[in-house]
Amino acid sequence: MKTQSIVSIATLSKQDILSLLREAEWFENHPNSKILDGKVVATLFFEPSTRTRLSFETAVNRLGGRIIGFSDPAATSTSKGETLKDTIKMVSNYVDLIVMRHYLEGAAQYATEVTDIPVINAGDGAHQHPSQTMLDLYSIYKTQGRLDDITVTMVGDLKYGRTVHSLLQALSHFRVKFRFVACDELRMPREFIDFCETQGIDYCESTDFSEDIINDTDILYMTRVQRERFVDLAEYERVKDLYTLHNAMLGGSRENLRILHPLPRVNEINVDVDDNPKAYYFQQARNGLFARQAMICRCLGINPMNQFK
Amino acid sequence: MPAKKELAVAALRHGTVIDHIPASALFSAVHLLGLESMSQSVTVGNNLPSGRLGSKGIIKVADTTFDPDTLNRIAIIAPTAVVNVIEDYEVVSKQEVVLPEEVVDLVKCTNPKCVTCHEPMRSRFTVVSREPVILKCRYCEHEYTGKGITLK
Repeated sequence: MKTQSIVSIATLSKQDILSLLREAEWFENHPNSKILDGKVVATLFFEPSTRTRLSFETAVNRLGGRIIGFSDPAATSTSKGETLKDTIKMVSNYVDLIVMRHYLEGAAQYATEVTDIPVINAGDGAHQHPSQTMLDLYSIYKTQGRLDDITVTMVGDLKYGRTVHSLLQALSHFRVKFRFVACDELRMPREFIDFCETQGIDYCESTDFSEDIINDTDILYMTRVQRERFVDLAEYERVKDLYTLHNAMLGGSRENLRILHPLPRVNEINVDVDDNPKAYYFQQARNGLFARQAMICRCLGINPMNQFK
Repeated sequence: MPAKKELAVAALRHGTVIDHIPASALFSAVHLLGLESMSQSVTVGNNLPSGRLGSKGIIKVADTTFDPDTLNRIAIIAPTAVVNVIEDYEVVSKQEVVLPEEVVDLVKCTNPKCVTCHEPMRSRFTVVSREPVILKCRYCEHEYTGKGITLK
């Protein structure tokens, strides 16, 4: 298999996604396979993201690979004015794979153009974060047993939340019904509504986070409504509690309903939901490990299931 | 007796005439073709009456032909432009400009968070629509059209 970079979820085909999900499932059953023995992976975090970095580094460690990198660019030549190109070229001399997080949009795409080493985008500003989407997809696949014929309700900040946009794009390969629940200020942007129209995706929009909608849902994807997103703070005060999930709202929900959240959570899911077996957000984060192990192997051209036949 | 048709700009013996440039895009077209630094005679006319555009610009460059890639640059801002090659006062070829599939290093991405605004690198835009012209940044994927398109 050839090596490849993963910069955006949009470049992965339905077949790519399905095989990555099968491999993630395999890793869940074999998390400590020493597939990367002798490989070195760089984790270059030009902006801090402890959660994502720890997940990627755990994935490499459990696969038996070694890690070099940085979590704070202040301690690197970037702070001396070195260009991104030079940093990537320098690191490419040492490693088999680069996992990078950057505050600028398109930084990972640019990195792929200046090196022959495969690159995984671990987040580029507000742009793309494909490993988050893969772990969301794996969580849905694992809890529902399929990606077709499900209803996904997205709640909260649908305007700025890149996770919901990427998840919508990825799920467009499958037969999924969407319910978009947000206040007017944070509703799904026009371009994604147009995307649903042109792709023939079944969707509806609502400003009302009602039990009727919850009861008709298989995956409830909650996101954080952030104060700084509002021009009018009075509007924030008006809507901030309208999109909070409480345990009492789940009484009539489907048995297979699972609640996802990209984390960190603030108050959009009340803590009284945490003990409900339908709360899945902590296991969801754990699934990120297996999804990332699958992505790392894909980028290195390794099929883990063939290694241990 | 029919009225004598008057030439708005003097006729050219040899060279290139770029006609049907929207008046609002004329000076950008001059810039894109790099005419400011040429030594040949360059005649520029603007706000000339046009049946098609209402008001148009025209550029005449003596004793010069341009390669297609150079001419096609102006399709970003003047997709209606027509290029005439003149030899001995006769039009020997007449072609519309064609927008390439990718526009490299001619347009600026104005998203302040885009990597192209911070690194010494070429901008690259994919043409997602020709009518109207819509350009999408290869890096941050922001889209630009009309007056939103900023030349470098």
